[in-house]
Amino acid sequence: MSKIISLEDAAAKVEAGDRVMVGGFLACGSPEEILAKVLENDVDNLTIIANDTSFPDKGIGQLVASGNVKKVIASHIGTNPETGKKMHDGSMEVELVPQGTLAERIRIGGAGLGGFLTPTGVGTIVEEGKKVIESEGQEYLLELPLKADVALVKAWKADKKGNLVYRKSARNFNPLIAKACETVIVEAEEIVEVGELDPDHVVTPSIFVDYIVRGEN
Amino acid sequence: MDIKEKKQIIVKRIAQSLEDGDVVNLGIGMPTLVANYVPEDIDITLQSENGFLGLGPKPEEGKEDKDLTNAGGQPVTIKEGGVFFDSAESFAIIRGGHVDKTVLGALQVDAQGNLANWMIPNKIVPGMGGAMDLVVGAKDVIIATLQTTKKGNSKILSECTLPLTAKKQVDYIVTEMGFYKLEASKLILTEINPDYTVEEVKNATDAELIISENLKKMSI
Repeated sequence: MSKIISLEDAAAKVEAGDRVMVGGFLACGSPEEILAKVLENDVDNLTIIANDTSFPDKGIGQLVASGNVKKVIASHIGTNPETGKKMHDGSMEVELVPQGTLAERIRIGGAGLGGFLTPTGVGTIVEEGKKVIESEGQEYLLELPLKADVALVKAWKADKKGNLVYRKSARNFNPLIAKACETVIVEAEEIVEVGELDPDHVVTPSIFVDYIVRGEN
Repeated sequence: MDIKEKKQIIVKRIAQSLEDGDVVNLGIGMPTLVANYVPEDIDITLQSENGFLGLGPKPEEGKEDKDLTNAGGQPVTIKEGGVFFDSAESFAIIRGGHVDKTVLGALQVDAQGNLANWMIPNKIVPGMGGAMDLVVGAKDVIIATLQTTKKGNSKILSECTLPLTAKKQVDYIVTEMGFYKLEASKLILTEINPDYTVEEVKNATDAELIISENLKKMSI
């Protein structure tokens, strides 16, 4: 069965009410073409899980502005005034998570673990509502795994089986979300034949990937 | 002295505290400028929390790469020997104590080593990004800040009033007036900028300040 599908079919897999993880760091390494199509589809009640909410004129940022997002889980929202506005007027919920904690929660979501203990956030408002556990004389917060329905991943190269290679700092959250979601859709700049990628260079093994879309950028 | 000159004093002094072989993470804003003053005879590695080691200067115009940015989203370069990784690895490096020094800005910092630099409730809530992990994980936490706010209030307090980034993690504070060390919840002035008197520094510091017996001139 071929994993390669059209941009339209890929975007249609994001349905109303879905929890969606999106790769990228301030839009570097975000699947902008799929995001643009999801925006066109006007599906509402989305939960977006990503490092940040990008810029007002880019992928995640436009989705937030469209009003189709009911909740955002991110480490930083400062580059998109729309997110702050919607958070303050109560039209959108925002859960701010320290970046390392967000990355690790997603990583363990895909790794079958039930939680982890981190010193990050101890004694701050991040501690609120969390279990504080003392181990070997130090206090830690118990942080829980994060999973989602759909991952929108941006890769540099994908082979037709779905093995992925990333480019430079565009890697960021992409390999992590690819392991933590029910349906994993990849926007790849280049799709190559099976065998063309050196197995030593593959970052995300094909078994994590369900669908591949050829992106132009 | 205008703000630009004050900031230059701060970042130059911090650059001098870096040591050969250090792995360093520089926060967004003033801390980024530290990279411009690293002594030529030492070799440091800059970590960028969006996923690489070996952060280099910004590229020449026209040579920007859409896939290579710093944690502020600006185009940058990578030095020879640098390496890319994902965000979980990036924060394993940070939390795991593999970053020797981090330089961060402050809204408030206090004599107990508490730092507030990520939000002003109901006003500015940009999110903490990687700051909470960096402050907890880096071996040395160096705060780069002007001594006072625009209104003239001290940024160094006996106790922070804004939501904290982390508790008791700050090791050094560098302002245009001096170099401070935090030791066992005590704030110690170890170097003073000769443009100011000890009295002036005390007046601009809203916390109990210990003047080091070996108070030196701040080397800039």
